Amino acid sequence: MTEMVYGARPVTDGEPILPKWWRTIDKWSISCILILFGIGLLLGLAASPPLAARNGFDAFHYVQRQSAFGLMALSAMAIVSMMSPVAVRRLAVLGFLGAFAALALLPIFGTDFGKGAVRWYSLGFASVQPSEFLKPAFIVVSAWMLAASQDINGPPGRALSFAMTVVIVSFLALQPDFGQAALVLFGWGVMYFVAGAPMLLLIGMAGAVVAVGMFAYNNSEHFARRIDGFLSAEVDPTTQLGYATNAIREGGLFGVGVGEGQVKWSLPDAHTDFIIAVAAEEYGLVLVLIIIALYATVVIRSLLRLMRERDPFIRLAGCGLAAMFGVQAMINMGVAVRLLPAKGMTLPFVSYGGSSLIAGGIAVGMLLAFTRTRPQGEIGDILRGRVR
Amino acid sequence: MIRTPLRPLARILEARSKGENPDAIERENIRIRHEQMRDRARQRAEGRLLILGIFFLVGFMAVGVRMGTLATSDPAEPRAQAPGARITAQRADIVDRRGRILATNMDTHALYAQPPQMIEPERAARELVKIFPDLEAEDLIEDFTGKRKFLWIKKKISPEQKQAVHDIGEPGLLFGPREMRLYPNGRIASHILGGASFGREGVHSAEVIGVAGVEKAQDDDLRDPSRTGPLQLSIDLTVQAAAEQVLYGGMKLMNAKGASVVLMDVHTGEIVAMASLPDFDPNDRPVPLTTGDQGDSPLFNRAVQGVYELGSVFKIFTAAQAIELGLVNENTVINTSTPLKISGFTISEFQNKNYGDLSVADVIVKSSNRGTGRLALMIGGERQRAFLDSLGLLEPTPLEMVEAPTGTPLLPKRWSDLSTTTISYGHGLSSSPVHLAAAYATIVNGGTRVRPTLMKRDTPQNGPRVISERTSAAARKMLRDVVGSDHGTASFGEVAGYHVGGKTGTADKPKTRGGGYYEDKVIATFASVFPAHDPKYVLILTLDEPVETSGPKPRRTAGWTAVPVAGEMITRIAPLLGLRPEIEPGQQAGVVLTAN
Repeated sequence: MTEMVYGARPVTDGEPILPKWWRTIDKWSISCILILFGIGLLLGLAASPPLAARNGFDAFHYVQRQSAFGLMALSAMAIVSMMSPVAVRRLAVLGFLGAFAALALLPIFGTDFGKGAVRWYSLGFASVQPSEFLKPAFIVVSAWMLAASQDINGPPGRALSFAMTVVIVSFLALQPDFGQAALVLFGWGVMYFVAGAPMLLLIGMAGAVVAVGMFAYNNSEHFARRIDGFLSAEVDPTTQLGYATNAIREGGLFGVGVGEGQVKWSLPDAHTDFIIAVAAEEYGLVLVLIIIALYATVVIRSLLRLMRERDPFIRLAGCGLAAMFGVQAMINMGVAVRLLPAKGMTLPFVSYGGSSLIAGGIAVGMLLAFTRTRPQGEIGDILRGRVR
Repeated sequence: MIRTPLRPLARILEARSKGENPDAIERENIRIRHEQMRDRARQRAEGRLLILGIFFLVGFMAVGVRMGTLATSDPAEPRAQAPGARITAQRADIVDRRGRILATNMDTHALYAQPPQMIEPERAARELVKIFPDLEAEDLIEDFTGKRKFLWIKKKISPEQKQAVHDIGEPGLLFGPREMRLYPNGRIASHILGGASFGREGVHSAEVIGVAGVEKAQDDDLRDPSRTGPLQLSIDLTVQAAAEQVLYGGMKLMNAKGASVVLMDVHTGEIVAMASLPDFDPNDRPVPLTTGDQGDSPLFNRAVQGVYELGSVFKIFTAAQAIELGLVNENTVINTSTPLKISGFTISEFQNKNYGDLSVADVIVKSSNRGTGRLALMIGGERQRAFLDSLGLLEPTPLEMVEAPTGTPLLPKRWSDLSTTTISYGHGLSSSPVHLAAAYATIVNGGTRVRPTLMKRDTPQNGPRVISERTSAAARKMLRDVVGSDHGTASFGEVAGYHVGGKTGTADKPKTRGGGYYEDKVIATFASVFPAHDPKYVLILTLDEPVETSGPKPRRTAGWTAVPVAGEMITRIAPLLGLRPEIEPGQQAGVVLTAN
């Protein structure tokens, strides 16, 4: 009656966007991400002057670029994390189509920058690595398909997403970029596992990964050399690994002091793949342990929050993104301490690199969007007597 | 087309019968089923997410722990890893008693290759072979183009070679700074110094470690970073060089296959010169023999490692002990004509001579086996053994060389009367020339024990007394007579003005296979002391299988072989040692004083 008399009240979507975002976002994770980005800039100050000197730029040229990219990445992260899961999904599908097209066209338009693998588009002022953007988009799209396949009368999403994975992995392996290929495969595997994969199949898949690895070892000299380097007990002191190991030892508990490190002058990848060695040498074990704790906090908090999630799509996409983020950090640091064979993989948010930083910002934004606090039908749980 | 069953069928049929649309009922049903499925899926996912979380926790912890163990372990190559870190002289120099360099260090470079960084491996290999003709181009090409990532090409290269390799312009050929051991005097004192080689090697530095001689025995001391100043040996470079030169000439002249000499200060026990031939260049040590007798290797130090039955040079010990015990004095007459039979063995003289009755002094001068045998039987095996032990002849020498412990004297298993007799004239007990030098020094220096040393020292050893001053003087007199008197066995050893005393020894070499002795292979030894009235030095000269062929019959006795060589050596080295010859005042020219 009231509405009939006074007219309907305009529909408002709950509370305003920013307060709602701040209330529901995982503040621990976002703090960790911001600290990691700060550490990345700090290490960039230490690690990139040698590279700048080699390329004839100002000492802090790369730090300035990193700051610019970082601002873009953080803005992207903030904007994406404010979106609703459905909006994120729509954006991701569009992004996936674009990034996949870019990936497929790499052999025609891409460049290898003399590094033996065609992974980049050169835009003059910057280079773009489409696989970095493809990864989070792929995770979200796959999660969508896997979730949809569980519905009654749903599409055959599991088979579709698997086919997609195979296609992407083969494209990446052709570049060759076995690191990203393995990451994509791992991300899909994690989602499939959480979506309720039969155990037998998981064991079979592990076997398949080993077989693919063997194949790559026998057919790619690039790959074989790295595995050989890992398996040989003696570290050749003139390889990247030898320098990295020595740098960690030099650093000890509290480091040799800011700017006193030597490894950045000998390692060509000191500012990207081996930035953790620079951190260990100049700031010591303390900073390394802090970095590890930050990554672990982001990943484990996200997974714990997702445990409460009812929506299968959000759960799958969230855990896929968190796993990929965590495993990338773990592989990067594991290589530097020789727990894993040498594999060029950046340390998310800390390593230098525009593509990886912005893509990382988008991925973490998505993760934050998925881990926001949402009503999860707690009333139902309470009524059924499963009170937490 | 596969038809999915309509659920719940009962309600749908009922709705149909009422003419209602059953779709709403079915949708409602599906929604409820979705809710239930999601609940079940969430429960399952909760567990799996927990597993995933634990996986990540363990993974990150593993990385952290590994980082911790790495960070707390020591760097493999301390500061040498840093570019530009200077490699300092890490091994002390070795100098002679007057401070002249015997061994020092020199900065050099090692050449290594990193094939993955090579641009033109084939050309690099060909150019390298031009610089180092001992390398094989095929091997290098195989290494450079194969799977190897790192290989050493040369351990030490000269500055010229380094420049030549640098001029190849191959980025995969790299230099590591090295410090090498250099022996500027080449072969002189080679056995004493031994040699050095590289121990653990890194790209930026390598350890230099001793492999033989003083270098190995004093390795820890030489490498001690807190050590200041060089290691000073008792060797005199000039005397050593002269002794080696004379020894080489004597060895060739006497057709010997090997020779050794030990020159020792009788009071301090310092070895002033010591040589063994054939020798080698410690800058380029030969490889040990793989076949045959190691005693023939140039690396074998006859003066220290070679234990031989040295023969009649031992007789002075028997005579000195007999006098010391008061059993005889130097003029006591010993009957050497009657046959001496012990346990069925007949002791005979050289060339079956018969010297008749001899005084103790003449037993030494004539070198009578039977005479010393009788003296030894008077002394008895027990006391003889104790006496030889107090001279240091029954245990390895304490010389500061790594080879010294291998020169262990060979003793008879059972010290029977026969052993006592044969040992009295130097058979049945093997010892090294250094042993003999120390024992002679003890006998002639006044009777106090001397231990051989290679380290310079300034004061006499003044060891425990072995024989009395009087006995020592008597022994010196007897030794002087062997050289000085016309009928002594070592009259060729007389050097005008230096009063050489000594004793010869010619021992048949034992057969290497089976028992017995060779008829025509001897070890000729001359143990000399000069000046005999106030001994300063003992010189032991040994020739291995010498034969002197100037006469109608080949002569092998020490008097004809070792003694003339030793005489020449003393002539050369005594002035170098700062000894003044004592010139007997000649006849003054008759000066007639005239006066008006």
